[in-house]
Amino acid sequence: MTATATAKRTVRLRIRRCDGPGQPSRWESFMVPVEPGANVISCLQTIAADPVTEDGRRTTPIVWDANCLEEVCGACTMVINGRARQSCSCLVDQVAPRNGDTITLEPMSKFPVVRDLWVDRSRLFHALTRVRAWAPIDDTFDRGPGPRETPEKQALRYTLSTCMSCGCCLEACPQFLLIDDDTKWDTAFIGAHAISQARLFNAHDTGRTLKGERLEALTAPGGVSDCGNAQNCVKVCPKDIPLTESIADIGRQTTLHALARWFTGR
Amino acid sequence: MPQPRAIVVGGGLAGLAATVRIVEQGLPVDLFSMVPVKRSHSVCAQGGINACNDVARQQGYSEYQHFDETVYGGDFLGDQPPVLEMCNWAPRIIDLLDRMGVPFNRTAEGFRDLRLFGGSLFKRTHFAGATTGQQLLYALDEQVRRHAADGKVNTHEFWEFLWPVVTGEGDQRRCVGIVAQDMRTMQVRAFRAEAVVMAVGGCGLIFGKSTNSLICTGGAASRCYQAGARYANAEMIQVHPTAIPGADKCRLMSESARGEGGRVWVPRKRGDNRHPRDIPENERWYFLEEKYPKYGNLVPRDIASREIFDVCVNQAMGVAGENQVFLDLTHKDPEYLTRKLGGILEIYEKFVGDDPRHTPMRIFPSVHYSMGGLWTTYTPGSYRPAAPAGEHRAGDTPPADATPGRGMKPGAINNAMTNIRGLYAFGEVNFAYHGATRLGANALLSCIFDGLFCGTSVVNYCRDDSTPPAEAVPQNEYDAAVRREEAKAKRLLDSVHADPAVDPATNPYVIGRELGVEMTAACTVVKTGPRLEQCLRTLAELRERYSRLRLADNAAWSNQALSYARALGDMLILAEVIAKGGLLRRESRGSHYRLDFPDRDDENFLRTTVAEYRPNADSPERDHHAITFAPVDTSLVRPRARTYGRVESQPRAPRHSVAGV
Repeated sequence: MTATATAKRTVRLRIRRCDGPGQPSRWESFMVPVEPGANVISCLQTIAADPVTEDGRRTTPIVWDANCLEEVCGACTMVINGRARQSCSCLVDQVAPRNGDTITLEPMSKFPVVRDLWVDRSRLFHALTRVRAWAPIDDTFDRGPGPRETPEKQALRYTLSTCMSCGCCLEACPQFLLIDDDTKWDTAFIGAHAISQARLFNAHDTGRTLKGERLEALTAPGGVSDCGNAQNCVKVCPKDIPLTESIADIGRQTTLHALARWFTGR
Repeated sequence: MPQPRAIVVGGGLAGLAATVRIVEQGLPVDLFSMVPVKRSHSVCAQGGINACNDVARQQGYSEYQHFDETVYGGDFLGDQPPVLEMCNWAPRIIDLLDRMGVPFNRTAEGFRDLRLFGGSLFKRTHFAGATTGQQLLYALDEQVRRHAADGKVNTHEFWEFLWPVVTGEGDQRRCVGIVAQDMRTMQVRAFRAEAVVMAVGGCGLIFGKSTNSLICTGGAASRCYQAGARYANAEMIQVHPTAIPGADKCRLMSESARGEGGRVWVPRKRGDNRHPRDIPENERWYFLEEKYPKYGNLVPRDIASREIFDVCVNQAMGVAGENQVFLDLTHKDPEYLTRKLGGILEIYEKFVGDDPRHTPMRIFPSVHYSMGGLWTTYTPGSYRPAAPAGEHRAGDTPPADATPGRGMKPGAINNAMTNIRGLYAFGEVNFAYHGATRLGANALLSCIFDGLFCGTSVVNYCRDDSTPPAEAVPQNEYDAAVRREEAKAKRLLDSVHADPAVDPATNPYVIGRELGVEMTAACTVVKTGPRLEQCLRTLAELRERYSRLRLADNAAWSNQALSYARALGDMLILAEVIAKGGLLRRESRGSHYRLDFPDRDDENFLRTTVAEYRPNADSPERDHHAITFAPVDTSLVRPRARTYGRVESQPRAPRHSVAGV
């Protein structure tokens, strides 16, 4: 608690809370002392240790999803001052530089709320199954190395492969809407992240063997043609993944795939 | 009879590799994780994964030398046969990951690129940018998703492991399932299985701020320990030399920064507050390079951490008078740095605000990894020399080749099994392989090796018909285990009180913070007997306060406060094992440095520290931990002094020439 004593200023955290699915949401505000290097996570941790609102009411600790705190696991994504981002890399000095400044925290709106800032992103992972986002290797026996690859191709695949399934691109997308009913996920817009993963695996020699299935899935309702070209996804991606390039590339691949199918009759 | 099933707890590299291996051999798996497996702590691993490779081989390197480096790095505390087997498998593991599509960095010609890492003079570390752990985890996550789509894996994400279901007495004890809790609905349930693989990672949160993720409490390992599994070498905690201190955690700055040429230094003049760029070369003290002319900045982690600690704490030579030193990459081409280290440089830039391509980073050691963990056994392989070999030098003919089964017998059911039959420990929570210090880029290897190699042992155990099937265990044993966990949770939930006068002494977050501060002060870089005794007294006081704990939330839905408070109790118990092991090990070895016993003592302590929990201890000090020392298998390599060629260096001394080394 020594850090509290040496803190020079405070920040107000205004948080949209909700007790569970189907429950109404409400706002609570907290005044938090700012430690050196403080981020939204450290503020939430301070609140957890002594959850008292700005108007002096004792409440429960905030519930939120977090793990690595290094912006590499994707867990702690939330809407901060209106924009989806990771709360670990959100430094208080950057978003609320003056004494008493307010930071507003809300759960992502495109996924069902579990509690407070914690949302259920199962649909995001389900989309990876929809596009068969894997290389179908024979087995795990010793069969020598994988395909050789140029540094240029590796650089592209690596960039696409740094997607941490955080969901920022989906929160920002006008075509991706909240759907509670999981039976409707397969016909709703799949989202930029999964389209980009299809591009990643279509670019791998072994992954390519499922290219046809991926493109079929992305030609079906909810596929790549549902993209409205708002280009919000690429602007909010914390890993600077070229999502719009991926969408354009997969768009071309599906067209060629459809043409080939038309010509061959398969 | 129903199809036998296996349970895997933990979805990091070890758990996912085990899952893939087990389902591939026809057994369905129930996989449990507190987070979506793709968000497991393995994502934080940065630098790479070690394996002998064709280039190093042509320069005289071999799997055997990787093995020799690993046991030397671990200060000879590791049982040697499993280490040999692991190093022998490393090249095959790289090939497999390559086939799964891991985007390993490439040479101009398209071969897998290599980098230098601590504890070796050969390039033997494969890497994917500076987020290798993330890339490896994703590759295995993809394979598990594929098997899940085929119905072979049932993934239980946001489920917390609470207790192993153990049936029978004494040597007949065996694990036949687990009790777990849904972190959203809070439902507590038992799951039946022939075998349970614990792949639950490390315990960094016991030290408060560490490089670990929030789920790395050690709670699951502690629960197995309390249920009767042995815990070994608990005191062997690795402190990584280069981390970025933060308000919520210490973020890792990968060893690959030094592998790619990063230099550690402080100004030669105390309190020299000039911008590092303005300090001329001859006024900088590159203390690691001067003290270790052979390995330089790439000495093993415990040595680098102690030297940095000594420079900052004992000599007060830290940058700007603080506990920090420079880690300098600014002499390298910025474009090269982006290509090789982009991910970690961005992390530094994001969290500190300086661009490490142009301004030296400021770093300090932080708790990083637990070499200790659940005690496991194995069946030795076919390489059994009449006498242990001496130091292996580059170009020597290896005394053992890399044929599978030289170190450990493939498929033997006891490989990586704890002292409870059917309960396995894979990955960081397995105490094997790393001895008293882990070499950089060996962690990813040991996790995947356990999953792939020992996964077969799990399958063979599940199919072994000498034990009755788990199906034959009466349901009431599972029901009783569930009721015990429900009662434990209820006790904590009932502690919530309407009284607004909350005492910080019984606040779980306050107790957790004090635990972290105390453990970091007493059980990390420098330890002494009196300080460890004081630590044990502090832990007893924290446990007493914990018994009066007051929770701030009694919600019956998604109650994270309950989960943390419950884990805290288990962390306090494991903390005692760490402190007590440190106290009883009256020597210095690897990461364990005792100021009052600064030398290695092979005669008394070339031994594994083995702790067993006594739930009903009635000794006066209520000591719940029975600690014994068990022999280490050093039948392959004769222990030798671990110096890494150290020489003397002072801040004001002229620089040693490194020419000709």
